[in-house]
Amino acid sequence: MAKNGADILIDALLAEGVEYVFGLPGGSVIALYDALYDVPLKTILARHEQGAGHMADGYARATGKVGVCLATSGPGATNLVTAIATAYMDSAPIVAITGQVKTNLIGNDAFQEADITGITRPVTKHNYLVKDVRDLGRVVREAFHIARTGRPGPVLIDLPADVTAAALEGDVNTKLDLPGYKTFGGKGHIGQVKKMARAINAAERPVLYVGGGVIISKASEKIRELAAKANIPVTTTLMGLGVFPETQDLSLGMLGMHGTVYANYAVTNSDLLIAIGARFDDRITGRIDGFAPEAKIIHVDIDPTSIGKNVAVDVPVVGDAGMVLEQLIPLVEAKEHSEWLERVAEWKSQYPLSYQSDGDLVKPQAVVEKIDELTGGRAIIVTDVGQCQMWAAQYYRYNEPRTFLSSGGLGTMGFGLPAAIGAQFGRPDRDVFVVAGDGSLQMNIQELSTAVVNHLPVKIALLNNGYLGMVRQWQEMFYERRYSHTYLADGNPDFVKVAEAYGARGILVEKNDQVENAIKEAMKVNDGPVLIDFRTAAEENVFPMVPVGQAIDRMISGMA
Amino acid sequence: MQKHIISTLVANRPGVLARVAGLFSARGFNIDSLAVGETEQPDLSRMTIVVAGDESILEQVRKQLQKLVDVVKIQDFSNVRHVERDLVMIRVQTPPGRRSEVIELVDIFRAKVVDVGRNELIVELAGAEEKIEAFVDVVGPYGIQEMVRTGRIALARAKAEL
Ligand SMILES: Cc1cc2nc3c(=O)[nH]c(=O)nc-3n(C[C@H](O)[C@H](O)[C@H](O)COP(=O)(O)OP(=O)(O)OC[C@H]3O[C@@H](n4cnc5c(N)ncnc54)[C@H](O)[C@@H]3O)c2cc1C
Ligand SMILES: Cc1ncc(C[n+]2csc(CCOP(=O)(O)OP(=O)(O)O)c2C)c(N)n1
Ligand SMILES: [Mg+2]
Repeated sequence: MAKNGADILIDALLAEGVEYVFGLPGGSVIALYDALYDVPLKTILARHEQGAGHMADGYARATGKVGVCLATSGPGATNLVTAIATAYMDSAPIVAITGQVKTNLIGNDAFQEADITGITRPVTKHNYLVKDVRDLGRVVREAFHIARTGRPGPVLIDLPADVTAAALEGDVNTKLDLPGYKTFGGKGHIGQVKKMARAINAAERPVLYVGGGVIISKASEKIRELAAKANIPVTTTLMGLGVFPETQDLSLGMLGMHGTVYANYAVTNSDLLIAIGARFDDRITGRIDGFAPEAKIIHVDIDPTSIGKNVAVDVPVVGDAGMVLEQLIPLVEAKEHSEWLERVAEWKSQYPLSYQSDGDLVKPQAVVEKIDELTGGRAIIVTDVGQCQMWAAQYYRYNEPRTFLSSGGLGTMGFGLPAAIGAQFGRPDRDVFVVAGDGSLQMNIQELSTAVVNHLPVKIALLNNGYLGMVRQWQEMFYERRYSHTYLADGNPDFVKVAEAYGARGILVEKNDQVENAIKEAMKVNDGPVLIDFRTAAEENVFPMVPVGQAIDRMISGMA
Repeated sequence: MQKHIISTLVANRPGVLARVAGLFSARGFNIDSLAVGETEQPDLSRMTIVVAGDESILEQVRKQLQKLVDVVKIQDFSNVRHVERDLVMIRVQTPPGRRSEVIELVDIFRAKVVDVGRNELIVELAGAEEKIEAFVDVVGPYGIQEMVRTGRIALARAKAEL
């Protein structure tokens, strides 16, 4: 029997090992949804296409596999754009499939037509408009290949309704045809690796600065090995949290704008900065000429465009982090670096992360610390964006890769809940917590339905401060406390009632001494989502903080 | 700011031009000229792009171009021995009695008359930019009705044998 486009697509998804498709139907994909009705793919109905996109993304980040989302043409497709851009900025592998109007109507301002390949060109690694069913098998395979290899990223396939319906005579062609595609994913140039080893062996004050690329490369073990062999302290970016256990002495925690004082001091005073799978984001470097001013800089990255983009690099190495480390480690001499480590230890004891307790008030930092304690550091923490995100980064001690999922590059409010749903589908064996903000949560709160219907025990720790808190903090510090349009409390719903209205559990926490019990209670629920509405200290600030445009050792501590 | 001629071999597919142009426009670069055409391999096209810009930003653009899935190869001719050409067609007025003057200029420049009207000629000239500009200068006074130029095209010279 001749296959039609929908059959070819579904066969190709199954061949790629896809378990879940997150999406929402509409006219141009109704035939596709019909075909999905009785195949072994689990199709998850999101309540908003942005939610579907973040679910695919959260699934991908939690598992390392490619996440898949599906939307109809026009508004369905444009609703995916924020999620696609979010995945793009953080190098998350997703394949987004969008319906399109029939090929003969493209360009006619047809009903629900949007030029989605044009719109997503700058926020996808690659995209396709499939105009001939004979191309479809190949395109789907290429899309998965491109999404997951090299520097991963989102790929979009736009599929006109008549191509979905068209019958293909003969065999499906699935042969990759990518003459221009390069992954740079191999070993490093051996000469460069040797230079790197010489620099490390000669360094007196080295720091390892590792990022999301190490997680992508599955190279956390090798980072640990290198750090242990040469006694090099390790700082991670927001995206690199989990690469190095924060319980170890060599851990400096996160660096950058809201990083630890000791990480930023160590970087500033280092004589060698070894950057691996990190991209020198401006949230990390602060004022460029004050960034690691005494250090030689080594940069290992799979993407040549990341190297030398923001900071001049002394030893560039293009390649896969894990493979380069494998080449490197035998060339590195065992070292003690005792003097340097003593200085680092001194900074650590002098400037620990800290906050002040205040009577009955629920401190957001304390909530995160309590989640850490009660989950033994083994939960998957998914964050929204803002202060809640920074506290989740600072006060939970991450031990493993893929346990901290956050929109770092785009900073997309509303990422948390849907991404956590995707993560929970991918990792049913783990506790999944959303550290949510009251502003962010309301941007995708409709996905509570998706969690309820699928009996997902996602725990939502809502740090409800009644403000768009991160913006309010800037207004407090840099705009004379003029809180222009950041107050939410007067319009916030009763979140417990909202949760209950969706069929989820809701727990209210107004006092410090209720925090522990609430989390324990939430952890007992395993057949559906629980929302804990923590009414946190309204004007709590995130510290330390490097003001924009300052060198990273100019931190405001807030405790003075 | 130095001018760069970037020669890019790309897969001959829809959308490629938009991807390439997008990389330049997203960074506020103005493309001075752009020429696209098939190559000896029918599934590949060559885009020859002329841009002026800060070296560090261009470095980034070159790397970004290289990263595009449809881009097979890129070469910056700044430090490469190469031959470059532009083609121009000009419809120039030939006021009564002065046609032979224009034809004389055409001969001097080794240009070619490709169309003859009652009071105008179409002249075609290929060459390096300076030559084309010089020609435009000298025929200008007769009155240029319309002019069209291809973008610059360029090819690396054979490597000198050692
Ligand atoms: C409110 C807010 C505040 C923030 N504050 C901070 C802060 O204080 N500190 C902080 O660190 N971040 C902060 N961020 C996040 C920041 O914006 C960036 O997202 C983050 O710093 C980037 O992390 P990264 O360098 O690890 O890069 P990623 O975005 O994770 O990029 C990964 C890099 O690794 C490379 N790579 C991919 N695969 C491989 C491989 N196999 N081998 C080698 N390399 C590979 C990629 O090419 C890329 O260069 C904040 C974000 C928000 C929204
Ligand atoms: C979609 C989107 N819109 C606006 C912003 C700008 N922004 C960054 S943080 C923030 C406040 C977030 O408030 P909330 O979710 O309550 O978290 P809090 O900072 O209070 O913890 C805003 C508005 C953003 N990052 N994303
Ligand atoms: Mg808030």
